Amino acid sequence: MSALPLVALVGNPNAGKSALFNALTGARQKLGNYPGVTVERKAGRLSLSDGRPIELVDLPGTYSLDPGSPDEQVTRDVVMGKQVGEKRPDALVIVVDAANLDNHLRFALELIALGLPTIVALNMVDLATRDGLELDAATLSRELGVPVIATVAVRKRGLDHLREALGDMLGEGRAVRAAAPDRDFDALRAEARRIARAGIVRETPSRRLTAAVDRVALHPVFGLMLLLALLFVMFQAVYAWSEAPIAMIEGVAEAAASTVRDTLPDGIIRSFLVDGVINGVGSVVVFLPQILILFFFILMLEATGYMVRAAFLMDGIMARVGLSGRAFIPLLSSFACAIPGIMATRTIADPRDRLTTILIAPLMTCSARLPVYAVIIGAFIPARDVLPGVGLQGFVLFCLYVAGIVGAMLVALILRMTVTKGASGGFLMEMPKYQWPRAQDILLGLWQRAMTFLKRAGTIIFASTVILWLLLTFPKVPDGSPVSQVDYSVAGRIANGLTVVLEPIGFNRDISLALIPAMAAREVAVSALATVYSIDAGDDEALLEKSLGDRLKDQWPLPTALAFLAWFIFAPQCISTIAVTRRETNGWKWPMFMVGYLFALAYVAAGVTYWTATAAGL
Amino acid sequence: MLRVSLTVRLTDLPLRQPAYVDLIDWSVLSPSEGQRLREFGLCEGASVEALHRGGIFGRGPIACKVGRMTIAMRRSHAAAVTVRTGPDSLDQDRAA
Repeated sequence: MSALPLVALVGNPNAGKSALFNALTGARQKLGNYPGVTVERKAGRLSLSDGRPIELVDLPGTYSLDPGSPDEQVTRDVVMGKQVGEKRPDALVIVVDAANLDNHLRFALELIALGLPTIVALNMVDLATRDGLELDAATLSRELGVPVIATVAVRKRGLDHLREALGDMLGEGRAVRAAAPDRDFDALRAEARRIARAGIVRETPSRRLTAAVDRVALHPVFGLMLLLALLFVMFQAVYAWSEAPIAMIEGVAEAAASTVRDTLPDGIIRSFLVDGVINGVGSVVVFLPQILILFFFILMLEATGYMVRAAFLMDGIMARVGLSGRAFIPLLSSFACAIPGIMATRTIADPRDRLTTILIAPLMTCSARLPVYAVIIGAFIPARDVLPGVGLQGFVLFCLYVAGIVGAMLVALILRMTVTKGASGGFLMEMPKYQWPRAQDILLGLWQRAMTFLKRAGTIIFASTVILWLLLTFPKVPDGSPVSQVDYSVAGRIANGLTVVLEPIGFNRDISLALIPAMAAREVAVSALATVYSIDAGDDEALLEKSLGDRLKDQWPLPTALAFLAWFIFAPQCISTIAVTRRETNGWKWPMFMVGYLFALAYVAAGVTYWTATAAGL
Repeated sequence: MLRVSLTVRLTDLPLRQPAYVDLIDWSVLSPSEGQRLREFGLCEGASVEALHRGGIFGRGPIACKVGRMTIAMRRSHAAAVTVRTGPDSLDQDRAA
């Protein structure tokens, strides 16, 4: 535990807390977890105007100290000094939305009553002005009895004032005030209302930009069309924008491989570096641009405030399968990765709603499937336009996503009628104003996602690839044997055993081989195939020159490739997802159930695809 | 002075017509839902305005402005809220 003074940033959701946190701490952030709970702890270091460092922690947004979810419990426990692993903050910065004082001041009063040294950050004053609201910080400060500082996360001046005020507060060694007696909800609300009125200098009819946009964005027909169009553009962009950066990464990997080939003598070490490390890990890292493009869209949808609108539009449909529109947000995040998606279900109050959402989250096409889809689509689906501007490859990818969504809805419907039977919960949500996100926040988010992905590539993917390489390389096939190295190896023998089960659905030995290490993470399937074909090629220069896509195209019939795609719509191959499900459901029962039903679906889907495609003569 | 006002359920309130909350049937809501609604500022006397209705077949949630905040809720919950419209609605809001 650091000895630096600890300051907690606390406030309502949608008060612009995270943007303020990012603006204050920049890239010097540490992400972690509170012990025992899966709530993320976001902390960063900040220098006061006199140079003294302090630690700033960003607490989960909540509406009151009466917690309704695990996240909100953490906020309450930290400010009360009851959270394990966190000392009681030395001071609080309460973030309030200048345009929503009636509401946010009620929670602020509740926090001020705790008696800790406190500063109120009157945030997003620019948006309040846009809405025709003029506020007087001095009056508010007098009424609340604590300093009030007007801030806008993008403007330096307010941030400097905030740092100065914090310095004053922590410097004086100001004694903790006695906690004020608890007041009931209605009394706090009336007081908040009175103070808000006193602080408002002028209130003119506003332009109501948000309401105007929402007339289209929330329209039952146009709104839904807009949502579908946005999702479609997102998936097209994943292909269209990524070509150049992917070619660049491939170029670097090829150059590295040929350098190693030229400098090292033929042998085990060279094979390990080229086949295992460069071809294996490189074949996954190459998908970083596509994953970042996907995350870019999801971060933008969240930061602009559109995500909640999407939940609103989807609530009607979600209600039909027994879920709430609220589940749409974790599910859409699961398109990037099921792990944050499953963690985001903590905002769903109803336990059955939440469990159902967790169980179907792995059906959303996560970014780890992208490498698999991309390599197969790239090899087997011709790059032509079905319509002007609409590529066939992007269209197929879109269909795979839709298949995952439709599958998830059907599964939810069945689960709600069987294992998670019961009345469905409600749908209550605040709809924040639209906001243009700050480039810095989006870039910081992308940076953190890129680091997470590269860390995965460096650890779990690297380890699985190396183990596979070992299993494929040993025992060495004796000279002159008619059996290939792959068939002779340990991995090959295991795969040949598995083929008995997988052959009926069109999977060959190479796929069986790739599926075993891909239990660790889906994208390993690609690095595994790359390693298999790299070892298989041996010293054959012509084969080594060929890309993985071309090798697949030569060796797999089309129905097999399609069955492989169908398998990955459903297959639960990600150890981290299984682990997070265990943690969030407190036991092995539900993760085991999830793995079982997903494998069954994957097998059936791949089988049906293979048999249909074969019957159609593809 | 003649006071003209009408009470309707929030579900039946025409879009973009200002009103204030007359009565909430808390028994329809679970305790946590009730608390969340209060935290959103929805309580007797609050100003309210229906903004958007979702769902193609009229089954979606509704979005309404409560004070300075916009919130979304299902129709089943909105039906628990009775609102009053009329010329004196703003006076009532101040008095509350």
